[in-house]
Amino acid sequence: MSVLVYTESEQGKLKKTAFEVASYAKAVAEQLGTTVTAITINADDTSPLSNYGVDKVLTVTSSELSTFNAKGFAEVLHQAAEKEESKVVVLSSSANSKYLAPLLAVYLNAGYASNVIAAPSSTSPFTVKRSAFTNKAFEEISINTDVKIIGVSNNAFGLIENSGAASEETFSPSITDLGIKVESVDKASDKVSIADAEIVVSGGRGLKGPENWGMIEELAEVLGAATACSKPVSDLGWRPHAEHVGQTGKPVASNLYIAIGISGAIQHLAGINASKVKVVINTDPEAPFFKAADYGVVGDAFQVVPELIEKLKSFKAQQ
Amino acid sequence: MKILVCISHVPDTTSKINFTDGDTKFDTNGVQFVINPNDEFGLTRAMWFKEKQSAHVTVVNVGGPETEPTLRKALAIGADAAIRVNTPATDGFSVAKQLAQVVTDGNYDLVIAGRESIDYNGGMVPGMIAGLTNANFVNNCINLEIEGTSVTAVREIDGGKETVSTTLPLVIGGQKGIVEESDLRIPNMRGIMMARQKPLTVTEPVAANAETNSVKFEKPAPKGAVKLVSPDNLDELINLLHNEAKVI
Repeated sequence: MSVLVYTESEQGKLKKTAFEVASYAKAVAEQLGTTVTAITINADDTSPLSNYGVDKVLTVTSSELSTFNAKGFAEVLHQAAEKEESKVVVLSSSANSKYLAPLLAVYLNAGYASNVIAAPSSTSPFTVKRSAFTNKAFEEISINTDVKIIGVSNNAFGLIENSGAASEETFSPSITDLGIKVESVDKASDKVSIADAEIVVSGGRGLKGPENWGMIEELAEVLGAATACSKPVSDLGWRPHAEHVGQTGKPVASNLYIAIGISGAIQHLAGINASKVKVVINTDPEAPFFKAADYGVVGDAFQVVPELIEKLKSFKAQQ
Repeated sequence: MKILVCISHVPDTTSKINFTDGDTKFDTNGVQFVINPNDEFGLTRAMWFKEKQSAHVTVVNVGGPETEPTLRKALAIGADAAIRVNTPATDGFSVAKQLAQVVTDGNYDLVIAGRESIDYNGGMVPGMIAGLTNANFVNNCINLEIEGTSVTAVREIDGGKETVSTTLPLVIGGQKGIVEESDLRIPNMRGIMMARQKPLTVTEPVAANAETNSVKFEKPAPKGAVKLVSPDNLDELINLLHNEAKVI
C-alpha cells in the first residue's frame, strides 16, 4: 500500500528533484497513513533519500537501462507498483518522467495528474491542484481510479527534511522489448539546464543581436544560472530553440527569473509565471513585464547588465 | 504511409482566461479557437511526408461540432481527410482511448500529436495512445525522418537532445523544432475551397470512463506592484534579492 516514488538519478547521482518528489510522497503517505517506497534505477548512493521521509528504497541496476528508455522505465515502475501494491505513484516533471508517465498510466490503468503544485486537498475523493492554461490558472481535479499517478511540478512543493532510516532492497524486474534505441546524446555537461536551474537569465529582442549575448552568459555564469530567451529571439535564430521559454517553448519554474530586454508578451509571461521571483530590466517603463515582475530596473541593458555583473562578482566574493 | 495527426482545439495563445458556472467551466465567450500550436508543428511535418513521400494524412479531433472549423483549417493546410469523434474532450485518458480506437480502426503507421495542449497542459495523450496501441513512442520530438519502416528521431531532453532509432508503428509527441516556425502554413484561398470538398467523417465514441474530473478552477492571486530600483543603485537590487527575496 506504500506510496511509490520514482527518484531520478543522472550518471548515478540522485537529482535534486528526487528529494522534492520524495518530500511530496511523504506528505501523501502521512495523509493515507502509510509508508514511502522509493525506486531508483542505476543510482549509486541512495542513502540521502532517508532524509526526506523514504522508508524503503528499491534499487534497480540494469545495463539495458543505462540510457533512459520510457517504455523500459515505465515497465520497471509498473512492476514495482504491483509488488508494493501502491495506490499512489509520485513522479517529477522532468522531461523523462513526463515521457514515461502516460505509458505507466496505461500499464496501471491509473488516472494521471500532471503539473501538480500542492499536496492532495482530500484523499477521498483524491483531489489535487495543478497548473493549467500555462500557469494562467489552477485546476483542482479528482482522480477516480484505484491507482493514481501524480506528476509534481518542479520547484512547487519544495524540500521537506524528514529524517529516518530507509531500508534498501535490490529489485530485479523483467524487461522485454524496449522498442527504441538511443544512438547519441548531445548535452552540455558544464551547463545547468533550464529545467534544473534555480536561477534563469533570459534575453529578448531588446538585446539587438546574437553578438550581444556575451553579457547574458556572463551574468548567468556569475549566478550559476541557466540561459534562456524569448520566442522572437529563437525565431530570428539568434539563440537555439532549446532556450526558448514561454507558452510554446519550455516552462520555467525557477526561484529567480531575470528578464533582460523582454517586453513580456502574454505568452512569455505564462511560460515563466511559475518562477518565484521575477526581475525585469527594460528601457521601456510601459513594458507589460513590469506588471508581472517583483523587481524592476528601468534602464538600458547595455549599461545595467555589465554593472550588475561587476557588483554581483564583488557580492559573491564577500559571501 | 498512413499518418494520423491529432488536433486539439484550443484557445488562441493571446486569450484572456476566465471561468463560468461557479469557476467550474472555461469561459469560451469571446475566445478565438485555433489548432493547438504543438499539433500544428506536427501537422506541418506531416505535410512534408505527404509531399515528399506520398503519405496520406488524416486529422482527428475528439469534441463537439464546435471544433469542426479547426479541423477544416487543418484540411485547408493540406490534410486529406478529417475525423471528429463526437464526444466532449473531458479528460486526457478518455480522449486517448477514443484516439486509440481511431488508430486501430484506420491502421495508421504514424500518429503525430502535440506534446501537450496549451489549455489543459496534460501532456499525456500521445504517450497513452502509444501505450494503448502498443506502438513505439518518442516524446518532445524535434526532428523526424522515416525511410520504409525505419525511423530516426531527435528528442529534446533536459539540457540537450538525444537521437534515437526505432520503427513504425510510432506515436510522436511533437513540438516546435519538428518544423520551424517559418515553415508553418497559412491556408490560401485554394486550400480553403478544396477543404470544403474533403471528407469530414463524424464517428461515435467508444465507452470510456473519465479517469479524472475537473472540479474547480481558480486564477492566480493578483500580483503586487513591482518594486523599482534605480539603474544607478544596483547595490539595492542585490540587497533586495539577497535579504528580502532570499534568492541569491
